[in-house]
Amino acid sequence: MERRKKRKLIEAGAFLIVRSAALVIVLSLAVVVGFILFHGASAVNWTFLTQPPREAMTAGGIFPAILGTLYLTAGAILVAFPAGVASAVYLSEYAREGRLVRIVRLAINNLAGVPSVVFGLFGLALFVVFFKFGSSILSGSLTLGLLILPVIIGASEEALKAVPRTYREASLALGATRWQMIHRVVLPAAFPGILTATILGIGRAAGETAPIMFTAAAFYTARLPTSIFDEVMALPYHIYVLATAGTHIEQTRPLQYATALVLIALVLAVNLVAILLRARMRRRRMS
Amino acid sequence: MSTSAKMETRNMSFYYGESKALENISIAFQACRVTSLIGPSGCGKSTFLRTLNRMNDIIAGTRVEGEVLLDGRSIYDADVDVVDIRRRVGMVFQKPNPFPKTIFNDVAYGLRIRGLRNRTELYDRVEASLKAAAIWDEVKDRLNESALGLSGGQQQRVCIARALAVEPEVLLMDEPASALDPIATQKIEELIRALRDRYTIIIVTHNMQQAARISDETAFLYMGKLVEVGKTDMIFTKPSCRRTEDYITGRFG
Repeated sequence: MERRKKRKLIEAGAFLIVRSAALVIVLSLAVVVGFILFHGASAVNWTFLTQPPREAMTAGGIFPAILGTLYLTAGAILVAFPAGVASAVYLSEYAREGRLVRIVRLAINNLAGVPSVVFGLFGLALFVVFFKFGSSILSGSLTLGLLILPVIIGASEEALKAVPRTYREASLALGATRWQMIHRVVLPAAFPGILTATILGIGRAAGETAPIMFTAAAFYTARLPTSIFDEVMALPYHIYVLATAGTHIEQTRPLQYATALVLIALVLAVNLVAILLRARMRRRRMS
Repeated sequence: MSTSAKMETRNMSFYYGESKALENISIAFQACRVTSLIGPSGCGKSTFLRTLNRMNDIIAGTRVEGEVLLDGRSIYDADVDVVDIRRRVGMVFQKPNPFPKTIFNDVAYGLRIRGLRNRTELYDRVEASLKAAAIWDEVKDRLNESALGLSGGQQQRVCIARALAVEPEVLLMDEPASALDPIATQKIEELIRALRDRYTIIIVTHNMQQAARISDETAFLYMGKLVEVGKTDMIFTKPSCRRTEDYITGRFG
């Protein structure tokens, strides 16, 4: 009788602990979002979203930064998506385990572990200085693209590996070449997963500050970019600037939170579109 | 061993790495006949079948010794294109494996990868293949739906249609009915009998009655070796080896 009681107690205790751990995650997110909403929501209005900053960035809007972040993120995806998916296809479909593959994997894992500020310095040295792209959308996109490359490769490879072997065998048995199998059967089947990888990449690219600090982001420019060689403002860098480098840090607190709110909303919106797209694709495949 | 064999192996051995899975198998398959491969689990039936369209090539560390001939030409020669072989030697798998595509696109897949683009011709050949696989009436109104919504037996017949669409000369079937219920199995068996006129069919089966019902010839494999091959009624009534008799009478396996 005593043992049974003890067993039940342990069972209940373990369950309580794991459930609490899961709840803490939800709670953390809720607190972060709630905090930002509470402090920033009141400052978000139409002017804020559509106007450039005014009066030494203590008033006005953040439109150039929104646009800049959109450009940089799109550029990063443009760089990392093709390269990442192609690498994942190579690793998952073509390469046989050997020295070369081990080296490639090691490189990817290490790339994933490099601090983002190092990417910033690297981008500065290579794209800004060596290739003379200057501080520009191009340099920033390339740097961010490198940063999210491991994310896209890793998740795409998982997606490719999850494609059932039976699809591949059926395809090859019908006389498909390896490439026909890959682009007609394997890639379409893995696409929802690859899209998830891209979503992760977008979130990461949109939010990073350090990689664009030296390669793309302008402290302040009311002028909108007209080419990929122009500098842009960007949301995360704008937050950083307002919070640390301005002369009116306290005064611009609401603007900082409002900018953060816009950044989060932007990332969530992009994610939402991608998730809806993925759900639609899955539905169509199953019907 | 006749010279008119459609497909033939000569002293063929097969290795997974160091371990020998098939030993010295010599067997000939006549055109437009059904041959059953029977034997206990793990005897190498499926491995053998997959050497005939080089599906084992995709497994790293495998090796074939001896010869596998299609119309008298070795399919493992260096100058032979494996894609070509698989186009002539089709395969149906144990578990129905339709693609996550519509039924039409599924069956048209093999034609499209051969470069057939003409919509009318594609449609005609898909229809003919589905009819040949005795599934047309059941799917003709849902060609634009996924095959995954069909029953297992229907899926398998779609897979057979897909294999037939590219007009192979030889059709390999790896326990095509083992995942199906008795009624679906019966339909597949009827289909195999109907296909015999046009294709050389080699079928792996666990089911002895099935082998007896559908095949002209039967080969008994045991532990990677070919024990006996002959006319199906001979194998089932007067096997010449003790082991074959033990297996078909259910004393082991």
